[in-house]
Amino acid sequence: MDVHRLQAGQIVDGFTLEKPLDPGGMASFWRVSRPGTDMPMVMKIPLMRRGEDPLTIVGFEVEQMILARLTGPHVPRFVAAGDFERPYIVMEFVAGRSLRSLLDKTPLAPEEVAAAGAKIAFALHDLHRQHVIHLDLKPSNVILRDDGEAVLIDFGLSRHDQLPDLVAEEFDDPVGTGPYVAPEQVLRERGDPRSDIFALGVILYFLATGERPFGEPQSAAEWRRRLWRDPVPPRRLNAKVPPWLQEIILRCLAVDPAERYATAAQLAFDLQHPDTVPLTARAEKRERDGRIAVLLRRLRTPKRAPRRRRTVSGLLANAPIVMVALDLAPEAEGLREALATAVRRVLATEPGARLACINVLKTSRLAIDPEVDEHGRNLHLQRLVALRHWARVLPVAGERITYHVIEAVDLAAALVDYARNNRVDHIVMGARGASPLRRLLGSVSAKVVAEAPCTVTVVRTRESVSEAAAG
Amino acid sequence: MRIALMTDVHGNREAFAACLDHAAQNGIDRYVFLGDFAGYGADPGWVIDTVAAHVERGAIALLGNHDAAVLTNDNNMNEAAAAAIAWTRTQLDASQRAFLAGLPLFIEEEDRLYVHASGFEPDRWHYVTDLYAASRSLMATQAHATFCGHTHVPALFHMSLTGKFASFDPVARVDIPLNPQRRWLAVIGSVGQPRDRDPAACYAVLDDERHALTYVRVPYDIESAARKIEAAGLPAILGARLFEGY
Repeated sequence: MDVHRLQAGQIVDGFTLEKPLDPGGMASFWRVSRPGTDMPMVMKIPLMRRGEDPLTIVGFEVEQMILARLTGPHVPRFVAAGDFERPYIVMEFVAGRSLRSLLDKTPLAPEEVAAAGAKIAFALHDLHRQHVIHLDLKPSNVILRDDGEAVLIDFGLSRHDQLPDLVAEEFDDPVGTGPYVAPEQVLRERGDPRSDIFALGVILYFLATGERPFGEPQSAAEWRRRLWRDPVPPRRLNAKVPPWLQEIILRCLAVDPAERYATAAQLAFDLQHPDTVPLTARAEKRERDGRIAVLLRRLRTPKRAPRRRRTVSGLLANAPIVMVALDLAPEAEGLREALATAVRRVLATEPGARLACINVLKTSRLAIDPEVDEHGRNLHLQRLVALRHWARVLPVAGERITYHVIEAVDLAAALVDYARNNRVDHIVMGARGASPLRRLLGSVSAKVVAEAPCTVTVVRTRESVSEAAAG
Repeated sequence: MRIALMTDVHGNREAFAACLDHAAQNGIDRYVFLGDFAGYGADPGWVIDTVAAHVERGAIALLGNHDAAVLTNDNNMNEAAAAAIAWTRTQLDASQRAFLAGLPLFIEEEDRLYVHASGFEPDRWHYVTDLYAASRSLMATQAHATFCGHTHVPALFHMSLTGKFASFDPVARVDIPLNPQRRWLAVIGSVGQPRDRDPAACYAVLDDERHALTYVRVPYDIESAARKIEAAGLPAILGARLFEGY
């Protein structure tokens, strides 16, 4: 199939070529249709000739292999692929705009940066969950659907942790895109999902300041510089960048993957909750590190990444978001103790866990609720204080725990929504008694168990059960 | 077509029966047995009869080095293996020996090569344990995909268009696409004596329409298999190692 001679109206394996789209660097794109398929589709045809340009050949092989097994709203749906004699991939045509379109408007307002960043982080988390690391995340590979969701495209350099890594096997030099490639990728490590978090940090930096943190290095030798040279703090380039956003961005850009967010879901969590981002010295950093510090880092930089064996899913499983829903009513004291015990057990087995403590402030459907109690105290604040007090005995570092009071009419629905919107992995909550009335009306915990998108642990005290039996 | 690839059964009836049951429940259209039906285990006769029955229904079966050793007198095996071969000879009847004697060293089917040890000098039983051995096998034939056993350790080697060789440790239950763009050599782990530290029986399924290879692990009754080895008076190590998968 000669890519350069394709014409509108031509039929390739049952797909009718409708019109050509803007070509990418290594492929041409056509809108295609097929009788019986309503979904808008695009055909990607690699620009290659047999035996030439291994990056195009291997990239096509990899994308064909990986896209075919990805599902969900954050990737284009795979439709079909051609064979080696006639290579192509047909996939869903994603309606929306490229993230690149936002770059002209930079610097964006912090809220816009966080909103776009959270969408991309959710897309990344969904990808990582499916064992795939993108490894070439950049604005041109992100499409924002019209409904706001982010879609990731171009898996030519990606890695599936249960399949052969054809890219690593083919190339001795690091591969990627200069401004976005993570330090460990420069050292040829291709097995760490946190490399994508670094690339997302570069994107956030760019959106927030209008500049790229590491410029546009052309050669792989120049890529190495990011192993020791830290970027200019974003707040120095744009005074409107708040400390929380600088904290998030610089944490994503840490040279050591272990200092970045453990998962994209944890990053999304911070982007969605600026008020609860734990601030460190990073947040207020005004200058790049001094020459001595940079020189020392440079001297300590290894030539190659240390060999590690780990899996993407393993890393994700070690850093779950655990949400504990707390009932602050006075009569639930015993239940709160039992919850603390249960949470302690969860934290003991999941040392990388992040804990979100939630209380739902029930509001009425019609009346305007007072913001203060009869003594004039702020209800919201009181509850935050109570949550912190409850959590003080838990063995969890300050930066891994956050507190949230949410207002809602329907308790169970609010908890389920919260878990879904924040990609929570595990809900721990209490169940009060099992009285006949409760059985009739249906308890909050039963509804959460039925509807939650994740594991739910329901905690009971013996007292509450026997009370209910007696009553 | 879904093809079950099984190899190195080594007289382990329990493991073989478990794999055949598993295959029967998973829509297998065709069976390919890559050799070494005898040796080590306590049920060589049953295993050979079962394979022979499958061959009558169209299955492929190949000769392995242990099968060859049963038929001839020369072998350069370690002590335990040699003892098992000597014992096996006393267990097989004439028809079972005739069946083994009629087995081919390799079979080519479409663009696939089935062989017990290596495509390079199949009668010399080279072990494909590293890139060099894999490259020798791949260079020796034209096959797009080679399937072999012999090492008892599952492994997947491949060669790109540019001639680069690489290896991969397959993960069980994951469909691995054998892209037509490159050439593949799949070492199927052992049914009857796994040696990759996973004691479950190993075989693989090839879907030749989707070009997908899937390694499968099947737990089986190791206690019974080991007890029979002991009862037969075979070296104790042959039963003990089944529990470790080594």
